[in-house]
Amino acid sequence: MSKANLLDRRAVVAELLKDRKGAFAVGGLGASTYDIAAAGDHDRNFYLWGGMGGAVMIGLGLALAQPTLPVIVITGDGEMLMGIGSLATVGLQQPKNLSIIVLDNEAYGETGGQVSHTAASADLVGVAKACGITDSKAVSTMAEVEAFASSLQDVTAGPRFASAKIDAANLERVLSSRDGTYIVNRIRGSIGHTPI
Amino acid sequence: MHARADTAAAWPEEIFSILQRFEVRQVPYVPDAGHSQLIQRVLGSPSMRGVALTTEEEGVALLAGAWAGGQRGVLLMQSSGVGNCINMFSLVQIFRLPFFTLVTMRGEWGEFNPWQVPMGSNTQAVFELSGIKVLRASHPDEVREVVEAGAAQAYNACTPTAVLLSQRLIGAKVFTK
Repeated sequence: MSKANLLDRRAVVAELLKDRKGAFAVGGLGASTYDIAAAGDHDRNFYLWGGMGGAVMIGLGLALAQPTLPVIVITGDGEMLMGIGSLATVGLQQPKNLSIIVLDNEAYGETGGQVSHTAASADLVGVAKACGITDSKAVSTMAEVEAFASSLQDVTAGPRFASAKIDAANLERVLSSRDGTYIVNRIRGSIGHTPI
Repeated sequence: MHARADTAAAWPEEIFSILQRFEVRQVPYVPDAGHSQLIQRVLGSPSMRGVALTTEEEGVALLAGAWAGGQRGVLLMQSSGVGNCINMFSLVQIFRLPFFTLVTMRGEWGEFNPWQVPMGSNTQAVFELSGIKVLRASHPDEVREVVEAGAAQAYNACTPTAVLLSQRLIGAKVFTK
């Protein structure tokens, strides 16, 4: 199913992280982790290569631990659907510094492009809103992405949720580190924690 | 005596003190009657954040984020929830998390509900297959010692640990019409 005005995923993520300042970026299993890597490696990038459905909850744990720093979860529609209940958990906790954006290509791109629920019936923005994330919207232009990117720096007005419909292009993978201990300890080091 | 007592036990308070002493900050949980006293204490504590979950695996991921952000946590759940966590337990090994969980057991001591038995029987094995050490407390007077040892090895040695609070300790849920 092809639709007009679809965004380019790499352009969206590059825009979100262009002026990130101290923000943490959590990428869901799959292409969104490659998109974050493509935007440039950073010691506050939390790359996921597994744990499907866990991206939003990892973002919530980080956001509660570091309430003065922005946390942005960038994930895909399949990963979000698997952890759909976590939107209800975020809605209950109301972390002011947490932003979530779903790069929605309506398909499981890593496994052959099988269509996901968002292609036909599931409305993630509606779900997020109904879970108590009042600031939830669909973004369909780069101007709206830019506005979302600057809003995520405001750690007093979250949580916020956005869904960006992106084109289905399967881009070249940009591989981040997949050593979890290194990834986590590097994030911890960036906020002044030394190894045990 | 296998039925649950009506009076408040002392051991949940002992667990709460241990969690305070180890500077636990995030306490994700799926409600369970056996944890209700502890959950109440956590929700009333200024230094801890109780986080109600829709499913237990959310708690594993939350604790990974908490650790990356410099905070310790503990996951409170009952034995049936352990099965919900299996794939997310990958994070415990991959991130070498100081993972600590307190599990109230069902299906092993005077159980009324047969649906609790399959997962209750597999809880310990699931943890061990997932690389998580298992300790168990069956009597009120050993809870403090066991939970303290579990917290110490989890937080000080990054050795993922589950403490099973046995159904013998908690008492079986009484079903009345």
